[in-house]
Amino acid sequence: MSVNPLAFETIRTYPYASRAERAEEQVHQDSAAQTTVLGFWIYLMSDCILFAALFATFSVLGREFAGGPTGRDLFSLPYVLVETLCLLVSSFTYGMAMLGLNTFKRGDVLKWLAVTFLLGLCFIGLEVKEFVRLVGEGAGPDRSAFLSSFFALVGTHGLHVTGGLIWMAVMAVQVGLKGLKASVSVSLLCLSLFWHFLDIVWIGVFTVVYLMGSL
Amino acid sequence: MNLSIALRDSSGEKARSGLRSYATGLVLALILTFAAFGAVMSGVLPSFAAAAAIAALALVQVVVHLVYFLHMNGSPRQRWNLTALVYAALMGGILVGGSFWIMYHLNHNMMPMPMG
Repeated sequence: MSVNPLAFETIRTYPYASRAERAEEQVHQDSAAQTTVLGFWIYLMSDCILFAALFATFSVLGREFAGGPTGRDLFSLPYVLVETLCLLVSSFTYGMAMLGLNTFKRGDVLKWLAVTFLLGLCFIGLEVKEFVRLVGEGAGPDRSAFLSSFFALVGTHGLHVTGGLIWMAVMAVQVGLKGLKASVSVSLLCLSLFWHFLDIVWIGVFTVVYLMGSL
Repeated sequence: MNLSIALRDSSGEKARSGLRSYATGLVLALILTFAAFGAVMSGVLPSFAAAAAIAALALVQVVVHLVYFLHMNGSPRQRWNLTALVYAALMGGILVGGSFWIMYHLNHNMMPMPMG
């Protein structure tokens, strides 16, 4: 099937008089979709600068332990590796959902969204468990500048992932109710950018916070 | 990025090349992640060398994710995406590098002086 997913709604909904008119409308909708996605991309780049500020804060304060525990005392690298793998594989499975969208298989999209959601949930679960453990050990954000900047950076990333999970649940419901029509496809595309972007930020987090903190 | 795939027609060939892209990205990212964790967890490298190695591995992995997961390339239809990315990278570099630079000199100048 060679139907453009983003133009599906146009073709299905509106009976245009001529082929030319329909083609014109399709081009119009494609460029509107492209503008939406570019706008979302620019939002992501501004988010990137937010994370850069948090990384800058962490790199300045990350060694100010105030006599408290250091990264080497607190972090378990095998635990972080499992978290990392959850997020990395979820990026791949979201890609599989996008392939389902491109080939117009609603069942595939839903299946892969579900797998991605579960992997993201595992990631957040592991992160919350780690935060609870740290606070329980007296290593909460109030302990030292290192821990304040740690919780700010990792917590902001975790909040983004949580937001992504809520968005993903909403998208699964929309795919179920409305099918793969144009507006749903554009949202799925924006969410894919968001999800891959969060995985890229996590590369920085595990490298700068956990691995360098354990050296 | 994904837009370029989604906006094109969805022939079987496209789907296969899409799958190949994601699978290549996953394998490369897994290798790079394990290499980074291995470099630190094995403890064979001295601290400075390990830090340099994992920083380099992270940079390569970011590029792998951009190319194979976000499908970024130099094509004209992605010019604005790329422009925004380069601008954000520049701003991020100034933020992180600048903070580091300023705080290093600040710490240096705030060293306690021997009282004489």
